[in-house]
Amino acid sequence: MKRCLTPCLVGIAAALLSGPVLAQAKAKAQNVPEIPFDTVPNYIKLPSGLYMGEAMGVATNSKGHLFVFTRSANTRLFEFDQNGKYVREIGEGNYGFEFAHSVRVDPEDNIWVVDEGTNMVIKFNPAGRVMMVLGHRPDAVAGAVATNPPPPKEPAGKYTFGRPTDVGWDPQGNIFVSDGYVNNRVVKYDKNGRFLAQVGSEKAGSQPGEFNLPHGLAVDLKGNVYVADRSNNRMQVFDNNLKFKTTYDNIGTSWTVCVSPGPHQYLFTSNSNPNGNGPGTWDNTGEIYKMELDGTILGKFGHAGKLPGGFQVVHMMDCRNPNEIIVAEIESWRVQKLLLKPGAARPAASAAAR
Amino acid sequence: MRYTLLAAFLISGIPAGAQEIAFDSNADFLKLPNNIYLGEVAGVATNSKGDIFVYTRTGHPTITIGTSRPFAHGGSRLLEFDKSGKYIREIGQDSYGFLVAQQVRVDPQDNVWVVDQMSSMVIKFDPNGQVALLLGRKAEAERVPAAPLNGAAPAGRGRGGPPGAGAQSDIFQRPTDVAWDSAGDIYVADGLGNSRVAKFDKNGKFIKSWGSRGSQQGQFDQVHGIAIDSANNVYVADAGNKRIQVFDGDGTFKTQFTGIGSPGAICITPGARQFLYSSNSNPPDNIDAGGEIYKLDLTGKIVGKFGRAGKLPKEFGTANAISCRSDSEFLVGEIGNWRVQKLTLH
Repeated sequence: MKRCLTPCLVGIAAALLSGPVLAQAKAKAQNVPEIPFDTVPNYIKLPSGLYMGEAMGVATNSKGHLFVFTRSANTRLFEFDQNGKYVREIGEGNYGFEFAHSVRVDPEDNIWVVDEGTNMVIKFNPAGRVMMVLGHRPDAVAGAVATNPPPPKEPAGKYTFGRPTDVGWDPQGNIFVSDGYVNNRVVKYDKNGRFLAQVGSEKAGSQPGEFNLPHGLAVDLKGNVYVADRSNNRMQVFDNNLKFKTTYDNIGTSWTVCVSPGPHQYLFTSNSNPNGNGPGTWDNTGEIYKMELDGTILGKFGHAGKLPGGFQVVHMMDCRNPNEIIVAEIESWRVQKLLLKPGAARPAASAAAR
Repeated sequence: MRYTLLAAFLISGIPAGAQEIAFDSNADFLKLPNNIYLGEVAGVATNSKGDIFVYTRTGHPTITIGTSRPFAHGGSRLLEFDKSGKYIREIGQDSYGFLVAQQVRVDPQDNVWVVDQMSSMVIKFDPNGQVALLLGRKAEAERVPAAPLNGAAPAGRGRGGPPGAGAQSDIFQRPTDVAWDSAGDIYVADGLGNSRVAKFDKNGKFIKSWGSRGSQQGQFDQVHGIAIDSANNVYVADAGNKRIQVFDGDGTFKTQFTGIGSPGAICITPGARQFLYSSNSNPPDNIDAGGEIYKLDLTGKIVGKFGRAGKLPKEFGTANAISCRSDSEFLVGEIGNWRVQKLTLH
C-alpha cells in the first residue's frame, strides 16, 4: 500500500480530473433496433508523406467534398473530394490553429473551424481565405500559461471563449457556438458576429439550461438548437432564442450531434466509447443513435472497436446524407464513411448476438 | 438640450457632434499566396512607392521544452505587397526578434522598422530587407509559468528596471512604436511595460528618455503609439489616460488632446498641411463600443470621425495601426479581424 501511495494518488487525481471518462454512461434506451451498415474501405486517401493525427472534425460541403480538422504535429485542415482523394490543405500556419476540435460547413459552403487551443472560431470562404474570426487568442506576450493549479474562472465574456467546442447556424445565418471545456454555455451571434444571447454560463451545472461540458451542437431548419451536454450524459434542446425546450437523456453520453438537411430531418448522437477505456466499457458504449427531432429513437448502429467498422471514440459526424454517415475518430486517427441500410434494421435481440 | 450635450461630453469625454467623415473600404485587397495567412495585424505601413508592409502575429508562437531554459520562438511575420495588394515577398523569415508583432513603420529613406512587443526589440531593415540597426535586446529565456504582465519584471526580461519606472536605459519593455524627427533621431514608444519615450540618435546611440507611469503631464499609462510632425513635435498616444500628449524633441510637454477616446494607433499625414489620425480602438473582447477613428488638425481640433467597432468592412476590430500617406491610400491594420482594410476617405 505504501509503495502504491504516490501512483495511486496520481491515479485518483487523474480520475477526478477526467470526470467525463467516469461519467460515461450506458444508454437507458432499451430494445433499440440495430441498423446494419458497411464501412467503405480506405475511404480517405492521403498522399504519401502526409499523416492524419487525431481526427477531431469532419464535414462535407454541397459538392460532397470532405474537410478534416486533425491534430497532427501541427493542427491541420485537409480537403478531400467526394471519392476521398486528397485535394489540398487549408490554413497552413494559421494563427488560430493549435488544437483542433471541430469543423463544420455552412449552407454557403463556408468552412468553419473551432480550435480549443487558441479559443478561436474561424470562418474560411470556399476558396480557403479567412472571412471572419470569433474569439481572441490569448496574447503570447503573456508567456507560458500556468495550468496547475488552474486559474480561477472568470465570467464568460461576450466575445471570448474558454476552449470552445463546436459551431452551427440557423437558416437566418445566426451563429451558435458551444463553449466549452472552461465555460459551460452556448452563445448566439448574428451573422456579422455580434453577440445576441447565451444559455448557461462559465459555471457547470445539471439543471435545465445548465451544462457540464457542452461538447457539440447542431441546429435544425426551424432554428432549434441541439446541444451535446456531454458530462451530464444528455442532449438538451433549445429554441432559436436559446430558451430551454427539452432534454433527451436516454442516449448515453452525448458526445457529438448532427442534424441531416432536407424536408425530413434526422438527429444523430454518438454515445462514444470514452478516452481511456476501462474494462467493460466497450460492451455498452460506442453506438450512434438515429432519432427523430422530437427525440424518438429510430435505431442505433456501431460499437466500440479499433478495426474498421468499429469506432474508437467518435468525435464528430457528418450526416448530410442520413444514410451515409461520415465519422471522425480520436483514438484511431481516421475517418470512416458508413453506408447505412435502414431498411434492413434488425430488432435488438438478434443484433445482440454480434 | 445644451446641458444634455454638455453632460454627455463630460461623461464620455467624446464630443457628441464630431462630424462623420464619409468613406469606403476594401477589406479584401491584399492577395495572399494560398499557404500564407494573416493573423492579428499589428502593423501596416507603406513606402514611397506605395508598397505595403504588414507585420502580423501568425503561425505558432512557441516555447521549447527539453532545453536548459524555456526559449521563445516565432509567432510573427513581415510581409510585403505592392500597392495593388499583390504579394511580393516575406522579410525577416525566422528572425530572432519576431515574437509578438506590434508595429511596422517606414522612414523617409524607405527603411522598414519593426517593433516587437515580446522580444522588446526595434529592428531596422534597409529597403533590400537586410538588418541595418537593432535597438533593445530580446530576453534570453522565458519564465515558466510567466510572471504577471503588470507585476514585477519577469526574470531575464532585460535590464530596464521595474515596469513603469521610465528607466534610463536602452533596453525596452514591451515597446509599441517608433518615429523619427527631421534629423533622423529615433523615438521609441516604450510602451506597455515601461511608460516612457526613449530617444536615440540616428546611429542608435541612446540619448535620453522621459516619462513614468502616471496621469500627470509628461506621465503615461500604456504608451500605444508615437508620431512626429514636420516641425519635430512628438505626439504620444497615451492610451490609458485617454489622451495624446505633445512634446518638443527634448521631451518638454507642450499640450495634450482629449475627447478622442483611448488612442490605440496614431498617424500623421505628410505634406504641407498635416493632419493627425487617432483610433479609439476597442478592446479585443468587446465590439459593442468604440472603434471610431478621429481626424484632428495639429492644434488638436477634431475635424471629424469615421467607423465603429465590428467585424464587417468599414468596421474596425481593435485597430492597431494606421497608415495615412494619403486619403486614397489609407490603411488600417486590425488585431481583432486579422485583416488590413484599404480606405478611401471622402
